[in-house]
Amino acid sequence: MEKQSKVRMTRSEQIVKWILVILGTGFVFTMLVLPLIYVLATAFRQGIGAFVSAVTDRYALKSIELTVYVTVITLIVNVIFGIFASFLLTKYNFIGKRFISTLIDLPLAISPIIAGLIFLLTFGRSSFLYPYLRQFGVKIVFAVPGIVLATIFVTFPFISRELIPVLNSIGKDEEDAAALMGAGFFKIFREITFPHIKWAFLYGVVLSTARALGEFGAVSVLSGHLRGRTNTMPLHIEVTYQAFDFTGAFAMSSILVAMALIILVVRNVLEYRSKKYQS
Amino acid sequence: MAEEYVKLVGVNKYFGDFKASDNIDISIEKGKLIGLLGPSGSGKTTILKMLAGLEDADSGDIYIGGEKVNQVKPSERGIGFVFQNYALFRYKTVYENIAFGLKIAKWNKADIKNRVMELIELVGLRGFEKRYPSQLSGGQRQRVAFARAIATEPKLLLLDEPFAAVDAKVRKELRAWLRELITKVGITSIFVTHDQDEATEVADEIIIMNRGRVEQIGSPVEIYNNPKTPFVAEFLGENVKVSHVEDMRGFEGIAHAALIRPEYVVISKKNELVRYPASTEEGEVIKSVFRGSLIEVTVRLHGQELIGYRQVSQPLLHDGENVNIFIQKMNIIDENTAYVVENETITAAESLVI
Repeated sequence: MEKQSKVRMTRSEQIVKWILVILGTGFVFTMLVLPLIYVLATAFRQGIGAFVSAVTDRYALKSIELTVYVTVITLIVNVIFGIFASFLLTKYNFIGKRFISTLIDLPLAISPIIAGLIFLLTFGRSSFLYPYLRQFGVKIVFAVPGIVLATIFVTFPFISRELIPVLNSIGKDEEDAAALMGAGFFKIFREITFPHIKWAFLYGVVLSTARALGEFGAVSVLSGHLRGRTNTMPLHIEVTYQAFDFTGAFAMSSILVAMALIILVVRNVLEYRSKKYQS
Repeated sequence: MAEEYVKLVGVNKYFGDFKASDNIDISIEKGKLIGLLGPSGSGKTTILKMLAGLEDADSGDIYIGGEKVNQVKPSERGIGFVFQNYALFRYKTVYENIAFGLKIAKWNKADIKNRVMELIELVGLRGFEKRYPSQLSGGQRQRVAFARAIATEPKLLLLDEPFAAVDAKVRKELRAWLRELITKVGITSIFVTHDQDEATEVADEIIIMNRGRVEQIGSPVEIYNNPKTPFVAEFLGENVKVSHVEDMRGFEGIAHAALIRPEYVVISKKNELVRYPASTEEGEVIKSVFRGSLIEVTVRLHGQELIGYRQVSQPLLHDGENVNIFIQKMNIIDENTAYVVENETITAAESLVI
C-alpha cells in the first residue's frame, strides 16, 4: 500500500514538473527568444553590407558616441552619489533618515516620462530658473546636459540600493576595531569596508549601466530629437523605425541587445563570484 | 605594591534617562586579570567602552597607567580590545589581521614580521598565517583576536564577553588557555562576562556590577564565601530564599530572611551518622532530581522548602521519607547588606577545641 502511494506521488510530481518546464520554456521562447531572433533576422535581412552601412551611418555613429558619453558621465556621478548615500543611510542617524531613504527609491517607482517632464518644467522656458541659466549660457533642455540629468535621475538608486543591505549586514565592528587601532577614515574604507562591498558595488554599476544605455522615456522628453546632436541609441532606433528604415532600426537594436547580453553575463559572473566569496 | 594602574574615580554615565554608570570607583593593580561580572544591563560593558574611549563619561575621571585619559583619543590610550564576536577582518588573512595595528603604528617591515610570527607562535596558530577568518574554528578565531589585540603591546587589554561566541565545549578549554596566556604575557586585563563560572575560574579579582553600581570587589573565593550585599548573595551560586530563619536550629534569634546554598545543606538518612546532632532536625523529602554528577534533593523543614545535594554514590532517598537535615551556614539578608552566619553548633564546637 505504502509503496504504491509513493510511486503515485512521484508520478504526479513528475507530471507537474514537466507541465512547469513546458510552460516556462514556452513563455521564455515566445516572450524573449522569438523577438530576439526576429531582431537579428530583420537586422541582417538585407545582408551584412546593409547592416554595416546602417550602423556606420553618420547619425548612427553619433548616437552610439552620445550614448557611451552619457553612460560614462552617469556612472561617475552614480558611483560617487551611491557610495555617499549608502554611507549616510547606514552609518549615521539623523532626523529625516527614513524620508531620504524612501526618496532615493522614487525613480524606481516613477514613470521615466514624468521624470523627463519634471526636468523640462524645472529647466525649460517656463521655469523661473530659465533666465539665469541663459545668462550663464547653460543649455539643459534639448541638449546633452538634459539627457545626462534625465539618465542620472532614472539610474541613481541602483548603486545605493545594492550597497545599503550589504553595509547593514556587515555591521560596524570591524571598522570600530580598525579605528581603535588608529586607522584613519580612508584606510578603513580602502582596507576594511571596500572589500566587503566590492561585489555589490560592481553589481550596482552593471545594473545602472544597463539602464543608462537603454533609457528612452525621460531622455526622449528632454532631448528634442536633434539628429546627430541629441539622439541617443534608443532615440535613433525610434527615429529610423518611424522612417520605415527597418534595417537601420533593427541593426542598431541588435547592437543594444548585444550590449545588454554582455552586461547580463557580467552580472551573472559577479553574482557567482560574490556568492563564492561570501561562503 | 598596590600600584593603582587603572582607576575610575566617581564616574557617571547616562543614556537618556537610563543611568548606566552610577558613581563608579574602581582601582586595578598592574598585571591583574579582572572580571567585570553582572547581569545584562548592569553597566559592565559601558565601563569597558569608557575605558576604551568608545563612550565618554558624563562626569568623573579615568586613569590608565597613571595618566588621565578623559581627553585622549581611543587609538592613543594604549588599549587592546577583543570584541565580543572578535570583529576579525574577514577579507584579511590571520597574518594581515595581526599585522594591521603594527602597520598603522608604522613599524618597519622586518619588525612587523618578527612580531607577528612571535604572536602566531604564542597563540599556537603556526601554519595558519595564510588562512582567512572564515576558515578558522571559533576557538582559533579567538586566538587571532587575542594576538591582534596585544600586537602593539598595549598597556591594558579589554575583552568584551570573550567566550560568548564559542560553543560550550570549547569555552572551558579556552578559559584555561586565556588565563595561562595573560599570565605569561603579564598584561593588565579586564574582561566582561555575565557567566559567574567564567569569572570565578578566570579572574584574579571580580567586580560585581548591578544597575550601574559596583556591588562588591574581591577575589572569587572572597566574593563567593562572603557576599556583602543581597544582590551578590543571590547572584552567585544556587540559592533558596528562606523567610523565617529563627525556626532553624542553630540560627535561633535571627529575625531576618536568608539565602541558603545547597552545598551548605547536609541531608542524611535516619540511619546515617550525623556530625552535629545538637543542631540536626527532621524534615521530609519532597523530590529528588538526578543531575548527573550529583542528586538535588528538595526537602521541607518547618514548612519551608530547602535544596541540598547528595552524592550519586549515597543511598537514594524516597519522596516523603523523613531525613536528618543540618544547615552549615547561610547568608543573612539585612536591608541593603548581607553577611554570613555559621551554625551555632559548629562555632561552639570550634571554640571547644581551642
